[in-house]
Amino acid sequence: MDKYKKATLILGDGSKFTGYSFGYEASVAGEIVFNTAMTGYPESLTDPSYRGQVLVLTYPSIGNYGVPGKTEKDGMPEFFESEHIHVTALIISDYSAKYNHWNASQSLGDWLKAEKVPGLFGIDTRKLTKIIREKGCMLAKIVFDDDIAFFDPNKTNLVKEVSIKEKTVYGKGNYRILLIDCGVKNNIIRYLLRYDTTVIRVPWDYNYLDEEFDGLFISNGPGDPTQCIPTIGHLKVSIQKGQPVFGICLGHQLTALASGAKTYKLKFGHRSHNQPVLQAGTNKAYLSSQNHGFAVENASIPDGWESLFINLNDQSNEGIRHKTKPIFTTQFHPEASSGPTDTAFLFEEFIAAVKKVKS
Amino acid sequence: MIPIKKALVLGSGALKIGEAGEFDYSGSQALKALKEEGIETVLINPNIATVQTSEDIADKIYFLPVTTYFVEQIIEKEKPDGILLAFGGQTALNCGIELFEKGILKKHKLRVLGTPIEAIIETEDRQKFASLLHSIHVKTPTSLAVTSVDDALEATKKIGFPVIVRAAFTLGGQGSGFCFNIDELRQLAGKAFSYSSQILVEESLKGWKEVEYEVVRDQYDNCITVCNMENFDPLGIHTGESIVVAPSQTLTNSEYHKLRKLSIEIVKSVGIVGECNVQYALDPHSEDYRVIEVNARLSRSSALASKATGYPLAFVAAKLGLGYGLHELKNSVTKTTTAFFEPALDYLVVKIPRWDLNKFLGVSKEIGSSMKSVGEVMAIGRNFEEAIQKGLRMIGLGMHGFTANKELKIDDIEGELSNPTDTRIFVIAEAFRQGWSVEDVFTATKIDRWFLEKLKNIFDLEKELQSFPQLTGLPDDVLLHAKRLGFSDFQLARILFSSLEIGSTDDEILQVRDYRKSRNIVPFVKQIDTLAAEHPAVTNYLYMTYHGEEHDIDFENDNKSVIVLGSGAYRIGSSVEFDWSGVNALKTIKKKGYRSVMINYNPETVSTDYDISDRLYFDELSFERTLDIIELEQPFGVIVSTGGQIPNNLAMRFSRQNIPVLGTQPEFIDRAENRHKFSAMLDKIGVDQPKWKELSSMEDIFSFTEEVGFPVLIRPSYVLSGAAMNIVSNKDELEHFLKLATQVSKQYPVVVSKFLTDAKEIEMDAVADKGEIVVYAISEHIEFAGVHSGDATIMFPPQKVYVETIRRIKKISRRIAEELQISGPFNIQFLAKDNDIKVIECNLRASRSLPFVSKVLKTNFIDYATRIMLGEKVEKPNKSLFDIDYIGVKASQFSFSRLSKADPVLGVDMASTGEVGCLGDDYYEAILKAMLSVGHRIPKKNVLISSGPMRSKTELLESARLLVENNYQLFTTKGTHDFFNKNAIPSTQVNWHDVKKEPNAYELIKNKQIDLVINIPKDLSREELDNDYTIRRAAVDFNVPLITNARLASAFIFAISRYKPEDLTVKSWDEYV
Repeated sequence: MDKYKKATLILGDGSKFTGYSFGYEASVAGEIVFNTAMTGYPESLTDPSYRGQVLVLTYPSIGNYGVPGKTEKDGMPEFFESEHIHVTALIISDYSAKYNHWNASQSLGDWLKAEKVPGLFGIDTRKLTKIIREKGCMLAKIVFDDDIAFFDPNKTNLVKEVSIKEKTVYGKGNYRILLIDCGVKNNIIRYLLRYDTTVIRVPWDYNYLDEEFDGLFISNGPGDPTQCIPTIGHLKVSIQKGQPVFGICLGHQLTALASGAKTYKLKFGHRSHNQPVLQAGTNKAYLSSQNHGFAVENASIPDGWESLFINLNDQSNEGIRHKTKPIFTTQFHPEASSGPTDTAFLFEEFIAAVKKVKS
Repeated sequence: MIPIKKALVLGSGALKIGEAGEFDYSGSQALKALKEEGIETVLINPNIATVQTSEDIADKIYFLPVTTYFVEQIIEKEKPDGILLAFGGQTALNCGIELFEKGILKKHKLRVLGTPIEAIIETEDRQKFASLLHSIHVKTPTSLAVTSVDDALEATKKIGFPVIVRAAFTLGGQGSGFCFNIDELRQLAGKAFSYSSQILVEESLKGWKEVEYEVVRDQYDNCITVCNMENFDPLGIHTGESIVVAPSQTLTNSEYHKLRKLSIEIVKSVGIVGECNVQYALDPHSEDYRVIEVNARLSRSSALASKATGYPLAFVAAKLGLGYGLHELKNSVTKTTTAFFEPALDYLVVKIPRWDLNKFLGVSKEIGSSMKSVGEVMAIGRNFEEAIQKGLRMIGLGMHGFTANKELKIDDIEGELSNPTDTRIFVIAEAFRQGWSVEDVFTATKIDRWFLEKLKNIFDLEKELQSFPQLTGLPDDVLLHAKRLGFSDFQLARILFSSLEIGSTDDEILQVRDYRKSRNIVPFVKQIDTLAAEHPAVTNYLYMTYHGEEHDIDFENDNKSVIVLGSGAYRIGSSVEFDWSGVNALKTIKKKGYRSVMINYNPETVSTDYDISDRLYFDELSFERTLDIIELEQPFGVIVSTGGQIPNNLAMRFSRQNIPVLGTQPEFIDRAENRHKFSAMLDKIGVDQPKWKELSSMEDIFSFTEEVGFPVLIRPSYVLSGAAMNIVSNKDELEHFLKLATQVSKQYPVVVSKFLTDAKEIEMDAVADKGEIVVYAISEHIEFAGVHSGDATIMFPPQKVYVETIRRIKKISRRIAEELQISGPFNIQFLAKDNDIKVIECNLRASRSLPFVSKVLKTNFIDYATRIMLGEKVEKPNKSLFDIDYIGVKASQFSFSRLSKADPVLGVDMASTGEVGCLGDDYYEAILKAMLSVGHRIPKKNVLISSGPMRSKTELLESARLLVENNYQLFTTKGTHDFFNKNAIPSTQVNWHDVKKEPNAYELIKNKQIDLVINIPKDLSREELDNDYTIRRAAVDFNVPLITNARLASAFIFAISRYKPEDLTVKSWDEYV
């Protein structure tokens, strides 16, 4: 075991864990969260919504199938959710240095090193998860040789960090979808492109109101939604106009805020592949992939709007829709990647709404 | 939907290869779900040793065969309004399909709860199912259904060799296999047609990964996959024969969810309501896949998935069958979150099959597309190394993990790797030892390199450990790492103290343990909570790991825990009877206000259901792990007498550590287990036993046999079902078998005892309190001594035993109980010949026959035993309890049809895989019900008899006469023909198979012209003439009932002469008692 350097994980409540480093060796700080998914570490690590977070994977054996190569498709990395790893650090129990998969090109450890992201293994991730579950998400830091200060990413504008800097266009389809990038996952773009679309991806605070488009999409992204003041402002106008709107995760929260609803921080968030949601007023249940720390307050949903989905475990809001206009949102991730694909049909519904309005 | 008031549940009958304890678990869960809804339940299952056939689980229980005839009788009598077909394996499913096809379900307006029967039929017919899948664009292997061998040959012209042949409508791959050429195809196809009128010839996907999903769907079309599992072995090895890991380890998110999505599409299009299993082949070089199989019912895999995840699939499936939606049910572990979810594991499990191929003569050790294993274990860990090493210890074949085992002699590593046998994983270890690389092993096995790298980690660490000269020189990091890779203290001791031999004292193990503890390297207790700690669990489903630094539960130290040790993997000689015993002990412990704690690792059991005990440790029953748990629990006591031989063997070791063992004290257990001590004790109290001697040299053995005369029984000590036990009739046989016996166990010398021919075997099952018998049951074997008690047919109460014999047996039993100060269950086996009684064995624990006698008497012996062990003063029941006016017969189930080439003959070594127990108003009724329950059929016309030695010829004479009187036609081999002729019994003489002349015994069997084969072996040894073997094997291969014991054959013939099926009474358990 002496080939691995030891490092310490220190939580805001004073808890300490010692682990072995298999990634980049530098002290880092952020907010600690856990995800209970059993597959999909390459997707999760590149999910911009994890910006600023130290990610704990509860599934203990990680790195098994290595990391895929950086091939591009449709102007995006084919196997990742963005260009880079976004987590601040990765915490796991057991690391498979020897990986095997036909699509792998390097080990997880080598990838972390190349992307300058620390990773620790040999940690009691279950104990760690229980601390987070009981006390809520908290700050954390990984200390190698030099101690550093705690850092609260939620006090910074994380969306600004992960959003695209300039407008980018994908595809040459018939339907023009304007995508507000608050930290979009590539799979959302991939899904939209399936339906004869042109996707116009714009920065989070871009004033798109003068752009020409048939449907508006607001992406997922990191941090506290109330930080995105310009986006909320633009959305208020769009809602008034009654154009087709689909928002996912942060996009859902921003739409809700624009409608007049309120958001709050969950104790430890929903980060997993097995979040059960029920379509309100039906017996239709879906399994969903989620990654969020904030949520929309059910009671604050204003007149003219209604709950679209409810979380079956804690009854928290999982989506809203406008009662008359083609506007709907989901807290969960219909694009999955990683996670179950049960709700992918929502993209179809969005496109159907777009087509309807356009014709 | 109109609510159901009364539901019928079909069980799976006797345990057999491919259909074992998992269905006791599934059925018990379904019955619990129905009971919770206030539905009256009727259960049909002749497997009397199961937990599901207990009073408090089903309202009405019928110990009758699960066949359409009996099921219809019961339907007419009970008038249920619903029926559940998915919880009793293929037996129940096939019976359900037949009930449907015969119009019985419609006639009685019986609603099938759960998946509609038409959907089930669609999944069972491979061709129809393939068309359904193709209609939704799901890929299946290229496959052609054929109904003749010639068509099968034609099919290969389109597909190309190699091909796989499968028979439709069979249990776990019966009659299936790979064929590489025309000859192999001709042979296998011929055999497969004896099981099914339709077979499939399919493209071979050898080397592809095998992955399965357990899928659940409700009537609202809500659908989830509860668990996915990946086989360690690539496709080609039956999933029941494969090491399986859950969740999948080598699949990316994209692969995982591609197959998940397909599973859901399939299940939705079939219209499953309840549970379904989908098996895939996945290309290791792309995302290409094929659907291999779908099981529209609870299965072995679903039981494993339930244990692997904590999601009670059978329970939920039963609720969905009643019309619930998944979102309307709660997660049974958290009690707050919904049942509509897919468990997130924060551990992984490894399932390893348990084979007992050594018990069979002539069977091939190779594993493949047909199932041969008799049980399985599930090991839980936080990495693969930890879990696999635990698992390899759990299978109980004397292995200590992946490494540090006794040396295996392997002549051809390459051959054994590419044509795997039951020891393949240890061959991999040996290959590493001989310098093979992961790549080399991969080339030979096609096992995913990820798994091989993990095994290599274990091997490499062993090498590293060897470089440390002593324990105390080991850095803490390395020691902790070793424990995290699943090394036991024994393995460490073996590696670090080079002199350590197998079976040496516990001193070295304890030395490692003490040092480890002094360095604070200890395991932690973790909970299985279905949600990876996201929500708190209210159940205590636990395992231990070194990948941790805190316990998930608090320990009270209140002296209230009572630990029950389970029986481990099902194997020949130890199965569901010990699960029943353990479960009942736990129930009594709980009722008496103690905390019930179970340790066991068999996923096919009810005792490993987390609702059965207050705390379930799903972990090893090793000395090390039980000590870990005992140290944490600080129990009031440990019960070692309800889990068979594994716990029993721990008794003395516990005693040396001053651990409180409840019931009979370890020194007395040892006195019964140790042949010398036991023999000396019998001599002291004046109880007779067959002459025996423990001997270690050939000369001594020869002089002893000269003194007592042949035949003699040879056996090693300390075994449960007599591995390598044998009866020999002469000096040549003696020499031959001695070599086999001594190979089995070097440490224990050979025991030779005088064998009594034509002696009755009688068993005493009893419970005593401080040496005084409280309840007892005496039962009698139908077969004479020489057939293992686990294979024998047993009647209770005894029917043909002298009153004087009974009196003496009671007297001897009382003396032994007193002498051994027995408190708890025990079993004594006796030989009786002309009122001369000899004791042959005594076990101070629950026996195989305990559930049988408990249920026949409807008096729970385990409840008595447990109360006594807890220190309660129990009242002796009224004497009238033992005076019953009906009979119970226990018959054995054999699985020879699964064990290609094995000689289906019975001997002193146990060969049966399961049993049934049936009740009747008289002996013949009970025996007929029992024989029908284990697959015998009443012959229509033709009976083939080869009657063996003179005494069995005589024995069969009356029966043969009866058969003729009842218009049966007899076919006999030469000796039998001559003998019958002399006694004026007409029969047609048939030629042996090697004589090319009609009528020919083999041809008659093959052409299904024979309805029953009675073939009695010539002598007591298992070495047999080729001719007899061929007849017996043909009977098994062509699915013709076979009896190899003259007394049993005789009993069966008398029974069928006296009773027609319609004369058999259809009475539930409570109508007898």
